[in-house]
Amino acid sequence: MPAFLFWLFALVMLGFGAAVVINRNPIASALSLVLCFMGLSALFMSLDAFFIGIIQVLVYAGAVMVLFLFIIMLLDLRVEERRKINVVAVVGGSAVALAFFVQVYFVVGQLSAAKQPFPALGSPKMDDVRNVGLLLFTNYNLPFQIIGVLVLVATIGVIVLSKRELR
Amino acid sequence: MITLGHYLIVSGLLFTIGFAGVLLRRNIIIIFMSLELMLNAANLSLVAFSRFRVDSAGMPNYNAQVFVFFIITVAAAEVAVGLAIIVALYRARQTTHVEDVNSLKF
Repeated sequence: MPAFLFWLFALVMLGFGAAVVINRNPIASALSLVLCFMGLSALFMSLDAFFIGIIQVLVYAGAVMVLFLFIIMLLDLRVEERRKINVVAVVGGSAVALAFFVQVYFVVGQLSAAKQPFPALGSPKMDDVRNVGLLLFTNYNLPFQIIGVLVLVATIGVIVLSKRELR
Repeated sequence: MITLGHYLIVSGLLFTIGFAGVLLRRNIIIIFMSLELMLNAANLSLVAFSRFRVDSAGMPNYNAQVFVFFIITVAAAEVAVGLAIIVALYRARQTTHVEDVNSLKF
């Protein structure tokens, strides 16, 4: 994949990711999150993980974001009114996030593997759906079943939560 | 030349954006979206490592991709439960602002 496509999609992802945090309107944030996930999915595909890229679009941009938009519109959240900004919290939060990134930067800089290019794949044609599926049903069969139970529990939990009045 | 380090730095930047969102924003739905950003930053670095560890047959390491698949599944379940809790909270208190919900019992 050409290098400029990496920069383009990384810029799209980070730009719209920042827009999620900066926008004051929740609907604009949710739509920025969709575009951010589109850029992320393109980055997955640049790493030859086509199955994960497609799943990312289907699950996040499709299902999860529709759920987010549905809830935002159900609760009828408008642009939030400006409240008194807690300066200590803003400065402290920014400082902690910045310190975290500086730390990541130096750790990656010291990693010798981080400076090597990606090794070539054996063949340009890969059955990655087949390979991921084989692993899911052989090595990771028990975790896969547990995930199934987890999703069932989540479904029942959501029904219980939304039926009863919490008093 | 795009190296593993580029992907790791981009992933770290996305995680930092999500982290800053959780710390700075007070709207609980935006905080929830920032959590999703952090989960996906972790996914990006996992997939980058998966592509980096090519085995002798010339295949990427699919264990990491299975792990990403699990993370996406759990995140989808978590979003459903979390949004149901937010709706229940909104019904009880008519707010999505975290500073309005600072008592353990009401």
